[in-house]
Amino acid sequence: MGQTLAEKILQNHTDEQVTGAGQIVQCKVDMVLANDITAPLAIKSFKAMGAKKVFDRDKISLVCDHFTPNKDIDSAEQVKVVRDFAEEMGVTHYYECGEVGVEHALLPEKGIVGPGYVVIGADSHTCTYGGLGAFATGMGSTDVGAGMALGETWFKVPPTIRVNLTGTPGKYVGAKDFVLNQIGILGVSGALYKALEYGGEVVDNMTIEGRMTIANMAIEAGGKVGLFPVDQKTLDYSSKAGFKGGELMTPDADAVYERVVDIDVTGMAPQVACPHLPDNVKPVDETAGLKIHQAVIGSCTNGRIEDMREAAEVLKGRKVDPKVRCIILPATPSIWKACMQEGLMEIFMDAGCIVGPPTCGPCLGGHMGILAGGERAISTTNRNFKGRMGSLESEVFLSNPAVAAASAVAGEIINPAKL
Amino acid sequence: MKVTGTAHKVGDHIDTDAIIPARFLVTTDAKELGANCMEGLEAGWVKRVKENDVMVGGVNFGCGSSREHAPISILGAGIPVVLAHSFARIFYRNGFNMGLVLLEIGDDIDKFSDTDQIEVDTASGVINNLTTGATVQAAPVPPFMQEILNAGGLVEYAKKKLA
Repeated sequence: MGQTLAEKILQNHTDEQVTGAGQIVQCKVDMVLANDITAPLAIKSFKAMGAKKVFDRDKISLVCDHFTPNKDIDSAEQVKVVRDFAEEMGVTHYYECGEVGVEHALLPEKGIVGPGYVVIGADSHTCTYGGLGAFATGMGSTDVGAGMALGETWFKVPPTIRVNLTGTPGKYVGAKDFVLNQIGILGVSGALYKALEYGGEVVDNMTIEGRMTIANMAIEAGGKVGLFPVDQKTLDYSSKAGFKGGELMTPDADAVYERVVDIDVTGMAPQVACPHLPDNVKPVDETAGLKIHQAVIGSCTNGRIEDMREAAEVLKGRKVDPKVRCIILPATPSIWKACMQEGLMEIFMDAGCIVGPPTCGPCLGGHMGILAGGERAISTTNRNFKGRMGSLESEVFLSNPAVAAASAVAGEIINPAKL
Repeated sequence: MKVTGTAHKVGDHIDTDAIIPARFLVTTDAKELGANCMEGLEAGWVKRVKENDVMVGGVNFGCGSSREHAPISILGAGIPVVLAHSFARIFYRNGFNMGLVLLEIGDDIDKFSDTDQIEVDTASGVINNLTTGATVQAAPVPPFMQEILNAGGLVEYAKKKLA
């Protein structure tokens, strides 16, 4: 019987025969990840398990990206716990200070994760690496603590929903719009416990960064992973980043899918997810005219260089509405540097944007962009849950970087084509 | 274990930001997290809860972040059991790992209303609504997860493997 991408990767990491959805298999893991919020609990569990050392110091990544630069004494103490543990265990991939970036942008960029890997992370957006053809999934801290000690974990083999993306997208329409549209179709629990697998001509033509944007939001439909095939483009991206290994991978022609969803992107408008769930998706023109107080361009969804370029293209020669805080957070130091070298920083500053350090801060209402009651934001991040970015009486709309940038200029949600 | 307490109904798609907003994630202390349980749903929500009460969620309970602080805050608030139509995947694993009992009962969730008195037998999965007289059987816990529960949670399970 043919195998899906999820089944193929799990098969490569277990001694058992993977027979299909629902089976529980014990798998070796290639990378275990935690951040400054989740690592302290993982470390606590790790120690409670009686573990003395990590299974492989090269296969653990600890990235202090959420409340950093530390927003208060408590968060500084949390980072200290992570730093001390990393030092004690000799963890190779520990990141803070000037080296730190948003974890899911940082790890692929540094070649720490890549095609065919099994990655578990104490962060729900670990699924981002599915864009590289990795079975990557979010877990809680204790699962990750056990993973750091044992180098293995259990998975229930997920049934797969196949999503075929076909057609030709128009201007200002891209990966973020495809995934928002798909979440709108499936609903926030439509892929609960399942794998999402992507294919079709749009995927073939898409950049690896775009694929990561889509994989990133698999969890927003309840998905366990969002998987892309490994093509030459993936291998080139990974090897350039310094990743060793990886091979071409496609699902078998007779793979068994629970459901197939066909989406023709031709004529699709930029999409916006309205409060308070990511599946409350509408074409941008249906939300046009809503006043905004803040625009956030960044995060593990849309903080990569392509996103920065997309925002800059709209902001070039324009001014952000003086009543709008337009916060731009390039997701890693190297993206920051590329923004400088390509002249994007000048465009952002001239437009009146606030350019911050790489941090997850505003996405989760952590710091550096909290909303007051009655305020509305448009954001390239991944969640618009009630109170996500601050006050319970605030609202978050999700969009692609071009829509967020255009809305910052207009002071209200707008289709960039109409700016 | 038998748990008897008041039902607190919270609706569909209760996300982890509702259970414990990010601003409270600067601690791992269960009591402190418990004191702010469901603060993202309604300010002061936790004040209505007594020890051994039962949370009753709808579809996709616990969606969103991987933060284990969410099940810890529910336990910290004194709630040992959550019934739901369905659970989000990460939350489901986290719940078991932390020792929070999660019972998935699909459409039978409609047999429970806010403030009903509920009796839950966590071993058999039988849930009695003492207010209405309705009885519901929860879906069985997968054998592998039962193994983790039998070991006393994931920490104890891993301890044995490491020994």
